[in-house]
Amino acid sequence: MSERDQILGRIREALQTKAPLSGSQGGSPDYAVAQPPAAHACDWLPSVGKQLDSQFSLFAYNAADLKAEFQLLNSAAEARQALLQLHNASGWKKVACHSGGLTDAVCSILDVPLLRTDRPYDVQELEKCDAGITECDGLIAQTGSVVVTSRSAGGRVLSVLPPHHIVLARREQLVPDLPAAFDLLREKYAPDYPSMISFITGPSRTGDIERILVLGAHGPKKLTILCY
Amino acid sequence: MNIFVSEFKRRAAEKTADLRHRQFIRSALRGYEAARDKRKGAFQSWESARQAAAETKWDAINHLGTHLESLVSKLETRGTKVHWASSGAQARDIITQILRDKNARSIIKSKAMTSEEIHLNEALEHAGFKVVESDLGEFIVQLRHEAPYHIVFPSMHLTRGEIRELFQRELGDAPSDNPEDLTMVVRRVMRQKFIQADVGFTGANFAIAETGMISIAENEGNSRLTSALPKTMITLIGIEKVLPRFADLALFLPMLATAGAGQMMTCYNTMYSGPRQPGEPDGPEEWHVVLLDNRRTELLADPEQRDALHCIRCGACLNVCPVFRNVGGSTYGTTYSGPVGSVITPHLRGLQDWKHLSNASSLCGACTEACPVKIDLHHHLLQNRRNASASKPAFFERLAYTIFGMVANDPKFWWLAKKLAWLAQPFQNLAKGTAVDPAKAWTKTRDLPPMPRETFKDWWRNRT
Repeated sequence: MSERDQILGRIREALQTKAPLSGSQGGSPDYAVAQPPAAHACDWLPSVGKQLDSQFSLFAYNAADLKAEFQLLNSAAEARQALLQLHNASGWKKVACHSGGLTDAVCSILDVPLLRTDRPYDVQELEKCDAGITECDGLIAQTGSVVVTSRSAGGRVLSVLPPHHIVLARREQLVPDLPAAFDLLREKYAPDYPSMISFITGPSRTGDIERILVLGAHGPKKLTILCY
Repeated sequence: MNIFVSEFKRRAAEKTADLRHRQFIRSALRGYEAARDKRKGAFQSWESARQAAAETKWDAINHLGTHLESLVSKLETRGTKVHWASSGAQARDIITQILRDKNARSIIKSKAMTSEEIHLNEALEHAGFKVVESDLGEFIVQLRHEAPYHIVFPSMHLTRGEIRELFQRELGDAPSDNPEDLTMVVRRVMRQKFIQADVGFTGANFAIAETGMISIAENEGNSRLTSALPKTMITLIGIEKVLPRFADLALFLPMLATAGAGQMMTCYNTMYSGPRQPGEPDGPEEWHVVLLDNRRTELLADPEQRDALHCIRCGACLNVCPVFRNVGGSTYGTTYSGPVGSVITPHLRGLQDWKHLSNASSLCGACTEACPVKIDLHHHLLQNRRNASASKPAFFERLAYTIFGMVANDPKFWWLAKKLAWLAQPFQNLAKGTAVDPAKAWTKTRDLPPMPRETFKDWWRNRT
C-alpha cells in the first residue's frame, strides 16, 4: 500500500468518530456546512465605504500607513510625467518592465535601457536594475494591497527583485475589499489560474531585530502605485 | 524524572531568574499587543470572524481526506509532483532524494516550522548539502546554531548588540548595531544566494482544496524570491493546513496577520498553483509538494482534541501566555512552544515524555481567548493532565491524596492534623526551602502563612 493510501486510510479511520465544533461546549457533532462559514466575511472585516471616492481615500490612507507611495492621476500623460519625475529624482540607470497596455504607454518616456521580463531574460541583469515597473490585477481599498500575478506582472521575479517596484493601475481596477478581490481573480482566471498570485501590501519589511520596522528586507525598499 | 522534565525545569529556573530577559520579552510583546488590538478593533466583528474561521477549519479537518484528495489532484493536473510522508524520516528521505536527483549543491530556504519539526537542516547538512535560511530571524538563529525562539519571531530574544556581535564574528560585516544597517548586511549577503541556489525550499500557511493552491504569508519577500529564482522548488506542508475554498483566504489572511503580528495583512500573501506554466517567463521548472503526517492523524483520531489541528501557527497564544513570557521560548525544548505546543507536543512526541508541559500552565485561559480559530487550548491542557495520570498514575501523588482523603473525612484526624501542623511549623521554618523540607517546591519562593494557635472552630466554641 502506498504512503498516500496509508495516510488517507488513517484519516478515514480517525474521522469515524465525530468531533464537536470548537467553542460550542460540546455542540452538535452533526454540524453540517450549509453555506461557507466565511461567506459573510465582508460584514466582519474592516469596513469600507460604498462611495468610490471614500474607497480611494481609504486606499491612500492604507498606502501611507504602509509607507507605500500612492499617486492618483488623471491620464496616461500624467502617469508618464510622474514616472519621469521618479526617474529624475532617483537617477535610475537601468529599469525593468514587461510588455502590456499600460506599461507600453507609460514606460516609453524613460530614456534608459529597458529590460523586458516577458521573454527569456538574464536574472543577473534584472538584479542590476534600479526599478521594476509592472501592471496589476487590482488594488484593494480595505488593505492597501496590490494584486499581481505571474501573468499580469511580467512573471514571478519582476515585482520583487528590483529595489523599487512601480505599479501602474487604472482607476477601475480598485476593488473595495478582500472578498471582492477573490471574486475578481475567480472571474478573471478560473479554472486556469496563473501559477503565482501575490497580494503585495506595502514595501518589503521586517521587524526581526528588536521589533523595529526596517523596509526592504529582501524585496523592494520602495513601492510606488501610479493610478490613473 | 525524565530528561525532558529535568531540562525543562533547569531552563525554566534559569530564565525566570533572568530579569533582563523577562523585561526584554515583556516589552517586545507589549508592542505586539498594542498593534494587535488596534487591528482587531478595525474589524467590524472580530468575534464573528473567529466563529467563521473556527467553523471553516472544522469543515476542513473533519473532511480532511476529501479535501486532501481534491488538493492533490488539482496540484498534479498542473504539473506539480506531490509526495506523501507518514513520518519525519520519510519526508527527509524524499527531500534528500529530490536534491540528489537534481544534483543540487545549495538550497535556499524560507521560513518553515515543519522543517524544524522534522530537523531537516541537520539531515541535509549531514548529507552534504549547503542550506541557507533566508528569513532574517531564521538566518540569525541559524548562525547561532539555535532553534527558533518563537514560531513567528524566531530571534525576538536577541538584542541588536548581540546580533551585531554575531554578524561581526560570522560574516565579518556589521557597520553598527542599527537594525536597518544589520538588515542591509543580510540583504547583501542573501541576494546572490537567491540567484545561485539550485533549489528553493518553503513551508506553507494554507493549502486550498478547491483550486489546488499553496498559500504563503510573509513580510520580507524572501519566500517570493525562494519560489521564483531556483529551478526547483520544494514545499513541505502539514496535512492539517487545508482550507476548503479559495475565498476562505479573504478571512484567513487578515486574521493570521492580525493575530500573528498585529498587521492588517502581511506584506506578501502569495498563492502558488503550479511550477512555471506555458507562457510564463520565469518560475521553477519543477515543484515538489511534500505532505507531512508525522502523527497528525493520531491527533485527528482524538475527537476531544481534534480542534488542535485547526491551528494556523499564528503564535497569538504564545504571546499572551504568562508562562511563555516568563520561561521563554527555548525552555520548552519543542518545535512548537507556548500553549499550543504544550497541547500538541504530547500527541506528536509521546504523552509520558511531554506531559509536564501541560502542568506548566496556570489555566488562566488567555490562550483560548486569543486563538483566532477558537481552539479550546486550556481545557486541552487539563485533558492531557487527566490522560497522563490515567495511563500512568504517579504513586506518591496517589498515596498523598489517599491519606489526605482519610484525614479530611474524619473530624478526629482533622483536629489532630491541625494541632500537629501548629506544633510542627517552627521546625518547618528551620528547614524552609532546603532539601529536607517536604514542601520545598512551594516554600522555596513563597511563605506558608503561620498556623494560628486557635482555630476558627475553637474561637466559635469559646466565644462569650
